[in-house]
Amino acid sequence: MTDTDRGTQRDRHSAFSLFTQQSLPACKPVLTPEWVIMTFLFIGFIFIPVGLVTLRASHSVVEIVERYDIGCVPEPFRIDKVSYIQDDSIPKNCSLSFKVPKYMKAPIYIYYQLDNYYQNHRRYVKSRSDKQLLHGQNEHGISSCQPVEVNNDRPIIPCGLIAWSLFNDTFTFIRNRAELKVNRKNIAWKSDRGHKFGKNVYPFNFQNGTLIGGGKLNPTIPLSDQEDLIVWMRTSALPSFRKLYGRIEKDLDVDDVVVVHLMNNYNTYSFGGKKKLVLSTTSWLGGKNDFLGLAYVFIGSSSVTIAVVFTLLHLLSPRHYEDTSYLPWN
Amino acid sequence: MDPPSKRTRIERRMDRIIYVLFSALILVSFVGSLLFGIETKKDGGDYGRWYLRPDITTVFFDPRRPSVAAFLHFLTGLMLYGYLIPISLYVSIEICKVLQSIFINQDQAMYDEETKRSAHARTSNLNEELGQVCTILSDKTGTLTCNSMEFVKCSIAGTAYGRGMTEVEIALARKRGETLDEQRDIDTVESREPVKGFNFRDGRIMNRKWVNEPNRDYIEKFFRVLALCHTAVPEVLDPGKIFYEAESPDEAAFVIAAREVGFQFFKRNQTSIQLRELDRSSGEIVDRVYELLHVLEFSSARRRMSVIVRNPERQLLLLAKGADSVIFERLSEEGRMFEAETKEHIERYSEAGLRTLAVAYRELDDDEYKRWEQEYVKAKTSVSADRDDLLDEKADMIERDLILLGATAIEDKLQKGVPDCIDKLAQAGIHIWVLTGDKKGTAINIGYACSLLRHGMKEILVMLEKPGIEAIERDKEEFAKAYKIVEKQIDEGISQVTGESNTQFGLIIDGKSLIFALDKNLIIRFMELAMKCATVICCRSSPKQKAIVTRWVKSKTGRTTLAIGDGANDVGMIQEADIGVGITGVEGMQAAMSSDFSIAQFHFLERLLLVHGHWCYRRITMMICYFFYKNITFGFTLFWFEAYSSFSAQPAYNDWYMSSYNVLFTSLPVIALGVFEQDFSARHCLKYPSLYKEGIDNVLFRWIHILGWMFNGVLSSVIIFFLTTNSITGQAFRKDGQVADYSILGLTMYTCVVLAVNCQMALSINYFTWIQHLFIWGSITLWFKFLLVYGSIPPTLSTTAYKVFIEACAPSIRYWLTIILVVIATLLPLFSYRAFQTRFQPMVHDSIQTRRP
Repeated sequence: MTDTDRGTQRDRHSAFSLFTQQSLPACKPVLTPEWVIMTFLFIGFIFIPVGLVTLRASHSVVEIVERYDIGCVPEPFRIDKVSYIQDDSIPKNCSLSFKVPKYMKAPIYIYYQLDNYYQNHRRYVKSRSDKQLLHGQNEHGISSCQPVEVNNDRPIIPCGLIAWSLFNDTFTFIRNRAELKVNRKNIAWKSDRGHKFGKNVYPFNFQNGTLIGGGKLNPTIPLSDQEDLIVWMRTSALPSFRKLYGRIEKDLDVDDVVVVHLMNNYNTYSFGGKKKLVLSTTSWLGGKNDFLGLAYVFIGSSSVTIAVVFTLLHLLSPRHYEDTSYLPWN
Repeated sequence: MDPPSKRTRIERRMDRIIYVLFSALILVSFVGSLLFGIETKKDGGDYGRWYLRPDITTVFFDPRRPSVAAFLHFLTGLMLYGYLIPISLYVSIEICKVLQSIFINQDQAMYDEETKRSAHARTSNLNEELGQVCTILSDKTGTLTCNSMEFVKCSIAGTAYGRGMTEVEIALARKRGETLDEQRDIDTVESREPVKGFNFRDGRIMNRKWVNEPNRDYIEKFFRVLALCHTAVPEVLDPGKIFYEAESPDEAAFVIAAREVGFQFFKRNQTSIQLRELDRSSGEIVDRVYELLHVLEFSSARRRMSVIVRNPERQLLLLAKGADSVIFERLSEEGRMFEAETKEHIERYSEAGLRTLAVAYRELDDDEYKRWEQEYVKAKTSVSADRDDLLDEKADMIERDLILLGATAIEDKLQKGVPDCIDKLAQAGIHIWVLTGDKKGTAINIGYACSLLRHGMKEILVMLEKPGIEAIERDKEEFAKAYKIVEKQIDEGISQVTGESNTQFGLIIDGKSLIFALDKNLIIRFMELAMKCATVICCRSSPKQKAIVTRWVKSKTGRTTLAIGDGANDVGMIQEADIGVGITGVEGMQAAMSSDFSIAQFHFLERLLLVHGHWCYRRITMMICYFFYKNITFGFTLFWFEAYSSFSAQPAYNDWYMSSYNVLFTSLPVIALGVFEQDFSARHCLKYPSLYKEGIDNVLFRWIHILGWMFNGVLSSVIIFFLTTNSITGQAFRKDGQVADYSILGLTMYTCVVLAVNCQMALSINYFTWIQHLFIWGSITLWFKFLLVYGSIPPTLSTTAYKVFIEACAPSIRYWLTIILVVIATLLPLFSYRAFQTRFQPMVHDSIQTRRP
């Protein structure tokens, strides 16, 4: 006796009846060996090429990473780097040079990289006021900016720990004795510039406290044009991160020697952080990262391996009919 | 009696899983807070993270009091990782169960055309338990049988009449291996409209042929007794059609039989009964009035009834019918003419599963009657406490020296489809216990008829023959002796069962032995024996024993028991069992009212268990496992992110993503799973009853299975977190040199979680209708739509989500490549496992699925 036999004749085929009788037309995928092998092979044959292409893109990127936080501390201060960085009387300028290993096509992106810097710490992330950044002083919602919200009873613009700890190392690049022009415009997201940072909001009462955190801001430039700040305020995901500093819009040739004059102002010494300067071209996939390509290749080749193992086992071991002998069709 | 509150095994285990998860939550929060405390402590002094201003901090991040900060962080952690405990699971399960119940109620295949009743789930919280039933305890009358009696045979003056074969006889013949010519005995001449309550076929009697029989006088007397000795009341609705209102269906069957043969009872008043019968001398139909003098009523102690009438010829007659043993005791010497033949016939009838009564009469002379009547009336009008005993005694005085006429045989028809249904249930590995008041022989034969006892099955008998129950109660020695006998029989049974593991066994035990078997010293051995038998029939058992047996079966097996019954005397059993099923039958609604599920026919139980039970079990268990999976996956990505934010309890995702996870992006597919999932269609569930064994053994909800899903959740979270972070953070994330920040990482990871858990769902289910497609792919699309909408509301509200998707992620090829990689990598472990397991270590449903044509 089948279920449809017993159903009432008149409305058996109406959609509603199919629904209430739980017999809607359905697709019922079954894990047959053929499907399994096909699926694994399919994943393999898609993933391996994609991975190789990705790897190629990654390899086409030229990246130069120079750590400078230790090298820029003069020899006598290396024992106590913190007092060096905190002592304003010591000049912080420093220079480093490197050779371009491969031809680098413009635009070349300049990043500063900080390691072991917890921009994603809860206390840090929360300490900002989006309302203030957009609308300025007439807003009162700056309590979220604790502990850097007021100074001398007047609100700070921009308030909060993030702004207060603004990164303030600066870099100038010289090639063949001529300064390489660094374009520092358009390094922040357009939506940030247009909608998160006010055009009529100017820095006010900033870095006037007893303890100076990071960089200062030019009070005559509206926040929406303070791109370093905007980039900095977009907090990083992980404790090791890069942030865009600018672009060199000229190609660099192989063996070009680039000299960087930098102001080593930012204190990463007290918490054991690292500072690096990064110059990188990009491909259609972004910067240099072999991981994605390798992962693709790995997953793809694992799938193929599984497919092969499965096929071999499938062919070599007969089905265990005795296991299912109690089933009614046997 | 207060109806007990019933919870399912699945739910009780789920509670324990919640404890496990709660411990995990506490552990994770504790680890987090410990490490947070250490990190925070390091911020003290000159070498701290100055950008966090540890010098002017709050109590939450105070490096001078790291233990307080850690403790407060622990509380924060409990809230942050609260996703490990799926509170929405309870809500979702409730929704699913209610919808499942609606499906059960709506099932047309469980709709009874006759009574216009459909199955009714009276409670919605036992659905999945229906898929785990290990033992069914069933009442017989009205449950396995229709409780509508049919007159099928009789023995008159030593001659057996009635040629139809009962279902039991057919089953017995089949058991002996005889081929049956079903049409053999049915006279084509007689084929006419079936009469309810009458299934007597014999050319010698019907259509007035009885007047040609040699013992026609006895036949006439026999049917007159049937037409007169009763308490039924005729109801003439249409002219020519008479219905009888009788106390019991048996009685109605007798009156109907008499009517069909030609002794039509059509009128009754206080003092007379009128019959329309054939006058043999003239051959005409005449109305005869019998003066009704006394009715000596039936009682369960007397087990007989009789009437005293004066016929139109002024003869005084006592007409009696009753249990064979009672009537045979009261026969006169000359009345024993056909005793031997009748006894033999009765024996045969009861083997054929029929209910028998002996019929006798006696002629009274006026003097004797008058003397007796005086005493009887005196007794009747007395007001003493022992009036009933007195009346019985007086009745006993006149009910003697009877002349035996013959015996009747009434069939209580099996309900439609009962043998097939029981066969299927047995194949599904369900043990069936029947509790009946029948005699041993009848019970065994009914057992064969219902397919409870099958060909090739060995019977084990546990019986106490002689001593009456009273004697046992009175006499300690007898008691001990009886106990010994039962013990010996049980031990023999066990050794027999363990000796032959390939044969199926049926255990038959009588009510008296059951009392001993349920003794606390014997119960373990008895249950061991009973659980090895596919069928247990308790004959001669009292209604009271039903509930006791149910309780013991429930507590001793530790598995799910289902009790099914139709009458008020089954209520105890129905309430005691894990699941009570009531049959909305002729015996009123009491059983149905106290049940958890009510059905109109016993055979609907097959569909209720094998189809709905199987589905619901699968749905709920998969749903729970999946729910844990998806929440663990989500919760642990948060934890891994914590490890990279110095355990500061900063959530990896935007607040709105967090709170929408269980509500918007993962809820509907789970509900679709819980309501619509079918690994097999109803037809296949019924075709392959062995599928049901998975529910009995609870394979889908073993700890290993549950922990496997949880482990898969942790694994998924690891894959998602590490692949995502390594793929997108660090270097430039796009061609224009931008890097992935906190908001982009959160969005990408969240996208991966939503995609992975929804695709995992798509991989796990076996049944895609448009609903599943809509819900699963709809949830994924909804997430992207949500991103567009939420990302476009002003940044003061959307904060870290503002335009992230449309501006930063969507145009980045790396974003899409990462998502594809992560989703496939997340699905791969379980998919590979399932692929290998299905092929090389298939579960029952796997092997049926892959080999299904």
